[in-house]
Amino acid sequence: MKSFRENFMRAIFLSAACTSIAAVALICYFMFSSGLPTIAQIGPAEFLLGRIWKPLNDLFGIFPMIIGSLWVTIGAMVVGVPVGLLTAVFLARFCPSRLYRMLKPAVELLAGIPSIVYGFFGLVVIVPILQELLGTNGKGIITASILLGIMILPTIIGVAEAAIRAVPESYYEGALALGATHERSVFTTVLPAAKSGILAAVILGVGRAIGETMAVIMVAGNQAVVPGSLTSGVRTMTANIVLEMGYATDLHRDALIATAVVLFAFILIINLSFSLIKRRMK
Amino acid sequence: MKSSRKATIKQRLASYRRSPSSLMLRILVILAAATTAFILLTIIGYIVMRGIPHINAGLFAWEYTTENVSMMPAIINTITMTALALALAVPIGIFSAIYLVEYARRGNRLVSLVRITAETLSGIPSIVYGLFGFLLFAIALGWGLTFLGGALTLAVMILPLVMRTTEEALIAVPDMYREGSFGLGAGKLRTVFQIVLPAAIPGILAGVILSIGRIVGETAALIFSAGTIAGVPSSLMDSGRTLSVHMYALLSEGLYMDEAYATAVVLLLLVVVINTLSAVVARAFSRR
Repeated sequence: MKSFRENFMRAIFLSAACTSIAAVALICYFMFSSGLPTIAQIGPAEFLLGRIWKPLNDLFGIFPMIIGSLWVTIGAMVVGVPVGLLTAVFLARFCPSRLYRMLKPAVELLAGIPSIVYGFFGLVVIVPILQELLGTNGKGIITASILLGIMILPTIIGVAEAAIRAVPESYYEGALALGATHERSVFTTVLPAAKSGILAAVILGVGRAIGETMAVIMVAGNQAVVPGSLTSGVRTMTANIVLEMGYATDLHRDALIATAVVLFAFILIINLSFSLIKRRMK
Repeated sequence: MKSSRKATIKQRLASYRRSPSSLMLRILVILAAATTAFILLTIIGYIVMRGIPHINAGLFAWEYTTENVSMMPAIINTITMTALALALAVPIGIFSAIYLVEYARRGNRLVSLVRITAETLSGIPSIVYGLFGFLLFAIALGWGLTFLGGALTLAVMILPLVMRTTEEALIAVPDMYREGSFGLGAGKLRTVFQIVLPAAIPGILAGVILSIGRIVGETAALIFSAGTIAGVPSSLMDSGRTLSVHMYALLSEGLYMDEAYATAVVLLLLVVVINTLSAVVARAFSRR
């Protein structure tokens, strides 16, 4: 009787462990089985490289959205990576412990703020400021980049700080003993030693930025055209889905799901490189 | 070590004169940290200052109407949605962590597959979860937009978080506990439930609280799975929106900026409470 119960629960635990495998399989199945036939029907070249998105005329080119996603992601990196990494260095190596007890929860709070609140903040604060500065309507690549740059800060800070802390103290002490200042020791010995962890932080940030939806939609302008400059409005792949899914039907809806498949493919590639780097770290 | 760091100002200035780039680096690092802190203070300060004047009793009326734009139904929905998603994901997450830590052998193929898929799940953007929920629950199963569909979608989304935190908490339980329990003649199952799990509860709780934070803040995954109807659903098979979705709806309608400010304040307040809770729990954990 007892061994029956043991085996029964073991089977329960095992099937629970298989849930995440089943979930990924289901997600892949539903995304690809609804998206890939659509891409084939529209034509992979027309779909991925077509520059015109006019669902009413049956023109489904998501090239502008792919470019849009790439631009705001790159912009977010330009804004978020330097600030995030330097903040991580500060937290790990420069911060007095009393300040750390306040700053660390602050970074965690930044991670907890819902993306819709970030989007709202961007809409009512960043957009008007850029309106003043640039003389445009304030929505566009730059605005989205700044907002996304802020949103990926906690991700980058968290992972990079852990990577910096994982570097053996002897590296730092060795540099100090050779007469380097505290700053030089940190930047020339500790940081290079933590570089794969830092790279992992950046890649995780890329994944967050490219997948972000609700905040981008508020500040990017959402025009489905290839952007002409950094101040012009863009629509990301994620925004494309949310904006039109509510009323789309038939091929239009399938094309939106296919957009998500392309996004999903990007994410899978990013995830894969993240886990490869993580494996190399060990 | 400590004394070398606490060099006098004079010594410090001298070393910076020899190496001006060090001073530059120090200033850069401090500036970056100040920027991060400044951004957080600005976001919270601005939204709270502008939002609090717009909070009034009408926003917390039990029924939503287009006049009072009450967020009370959305708050109730947020609580039930959180409870439902947790009820679905937490047992599965804990059980699979138990399997990974207590049962699986080292180098088991299945284990690495579970880890890879969990990692994949945690990287999938919420809009993809939303479409998945839409395709599976609303279309393939023919439910339409339902509260249950939303909760199931969120459950899949938070599963890797619960799993990972539980795993870490279980690993942190010293092997001594298990050996002691086996030594007293307890079986594997009894050891897991009576000895290992109780010791890991603070860690598990911290993961659960993090999950609550994600559920409360989620929008994109819910719009196309649970829908955006403003009232409290009469059953699990009806549509209903949580507070974050409520805020999105207010913003996209464009007529309710004041109410959106007030909703943002409530959301921020919730996040602060959740974060404080998880910090308290984590501190209790590290003290043991």
